Amino acid sequence: MSAEVVSHAVGARSSLKTRRLPKWTPAGVAGAAVVIALLAVYLPGAGGPVLTGIAAALIFLIGLTVLSAAVENGRAARNRLATSLVYAAFVLALAPLLSVAYTLLVKGSDRMSLYFLQVSMNNVSAFDNEGGAYHAIIGTLEQAGIATLITVPLGVLGAIYIVEYGRGRLSMLIRFFVDVMTGIPSIVAGLFILAFWVLIVSPYFNNGRPQYSGFAAALALSVLMLPTVVRSTEEMLRLVPGALREGAYALGIPKWRTILRIVLPTAAPGIVTGVMLAVARACGETAPVILVAFGNPAINFNPFSGGQESLSLFVYDQAGAASKYAPGRAWAAALTLVVLVLALTVAAKLLARRNKLGR
Amino acid sequence: MAKRIEAVNVSAYYGSFRAIDNITMAIEPKSVTALIGPSGCGKSTFLRSINRMHEVLPGAKVGGQLLIDGQNIYDRDIDVTAVRRMIGMVFQRPNPFPTMSIYENVVAGLRLNGVRKKSLLDAACEKALRGANLWNEVKDRLNRPGAGLSGGQQQRLCIARTIAVEPQVVLMDEPCSALDPISTLAIEDLIAELKNEYTIVIVTHNMQQAARVSDRTGFFSIDKTGEPGRLIEYDDTAKIFTNPSVKRTEDYITGRFG
Repeated sequence: MSAEVVSHAVGARSSLKTRRLPKWTPAGVAGAAVVIALLAVYLPGAGGPVLTGIAAALIFLIGLTVLSAAVENGRAARNRLATSLVYAAFVLALAPLLSVAYTLLVKGSDRMSLYFLQVSMNNVSAFDNEGGAYHAIIGTLEQAGIATLITVPLGVLGAIYIVEYGRGRLSMLIRFFVDVMTGIPSIVAGLFILAFWVLIVSPYFNNGRPQYSGFAAALALSVLMLPTVVRSTEEMLRLVPGALREGAYALGIPKWRTILRIVLPTAAPGIVTGVMLAVARACGETAPVILVAFGNPAINFNPFSGGQESLSLFVYDQAGAASKYAPGRAWAAALTLVVLVLALTVAAKLLARRNKLGR
Repeated sequence: MAKRIEAVNVSAYYGSFRAIDNITMAIEPKSVTALIGPSGCGKSTFLRSINRMHEVLPGAKVGGQLLIDGQNIYDRDIDVTAVRRMIGMVFQRPNPFPTMSIYENVVAGLRLNGVRKKSLLDAACEKALRGANLWNEVKDRLNRPGAGLSGGQQQRLCIARTIAVEPQVVLMDEPCSALDPISTLAIEDLIAELKNEYTIVIVTHNMQQAARVSDRTGFFSIDKTGEPGRLIEYDDTAKIFTNPSVKRTEDYITGRFG
């Protein structure tokens, strides 16, 4: 009985062929959806391009699904709906990013010039359309650079301990506190360094008087970068197959050398990505820099003494400054910051790949 | 060159679980010894305890004595890395180092143990690759990634890597189970050549393979799941496969296990 039912059901579509919509259907439906949306929105004067976009997307989703269900079958219709939704999610996720990049390029390029990159804000009054971000670029590079120098060895070694050596309680505890550190607000990291370094330690190096410095900012940024570096390195080390470690041990290679020469190189590209994420975050931090580096309109090459600017702090200053020329400088500095981080990331990726074998 | 291995009451544990119990057997130099038996009977565990790879896993430990030419490798003052250099190991799945070229893979054991001289490394690389019957296939592309070779070539690369450090004993843990018949044949031919210089212990699930390549065969088994593995019978391969003295061995090799 049941066999009969099955054979009947299968018999209904025993052919492997099924009806398919032509290839251009999605494009056609999309075109029709845009036209209908334009008519529906603009004829009654109901709204602008945003409403049109939303309406077109909805009409497209419904139209294609219904058409597919009518011509093809239920499974094909669900497939088309899901595919369209995935694409829609991708576009939605990309839209803010493109919008930011576009705004930044348009508004930042007004004031962007070689001159802007070569001068500081020293002696620039509110009525001058002069000045630039040179001092801030120096500050960002020095602070993020020192922070990276501190964080990478500490973070990578910490992750190696957790993955390769840590057993039991202690490593669990360290992992837990690394997780807790991930959630530290940047202002708290800044306050910690202010209280610990600027107020207590720095007087010993400055005849008893506390002083702001770029180095203090680098310390605060290190506190923020460390958990990111540890966690991303840890994940990458865990991805290295145990078989590689065993293969190395079986050759009589000591554990530390196995980690240094086999495990780390295998995980290197991922570790570099994690470090660059941390660097990007550090470059964008403003709060701790205000607290412990204070800012400085003049060029200060020395990270260990006196206030220092950073690009994000410069953006913050200029955005709130009482001068009609300041917003232009803020946009240009923001553009500089994004390009700088992008350049660093690309350079790091290329460097990490050069070590890999040609493929 | 080759060394004699003597296991005396060797037991191995994973945490509190006893995986093998009181194994006592002598493995002769310059011979091939095959270990056969059902899955989970502890033959791989025993193999890994011969070069102290068992203890790499957390909580794993070994009891009893394992004598290499009379020296117990589980003595307190033994250098583990020296033991592993003397007793090389080839694993079930080929595991070439992915960041290294073919050349670097072969000389990895030497280089990471401090050998720097280029001429020495070059000579060792060629010797090991010739020894693993791989030289002719890769001599023109030594700088290509080791992971780009076929599975059978990768396994021979791993064998080359193992014999490049000139061990006395080579342990093989199901070296052909991930390979096709042609690659398997290549490895079996290689084993026959290697036994002129090395003591070889091979774990295999393939009884024809054990019969083809080995001089002596050990049959491991367990009474039931959760019980430790035991050495049931250990004798010349010809005897084990034609006239075993224990009923369980006969049942296993004729396909009636229980």
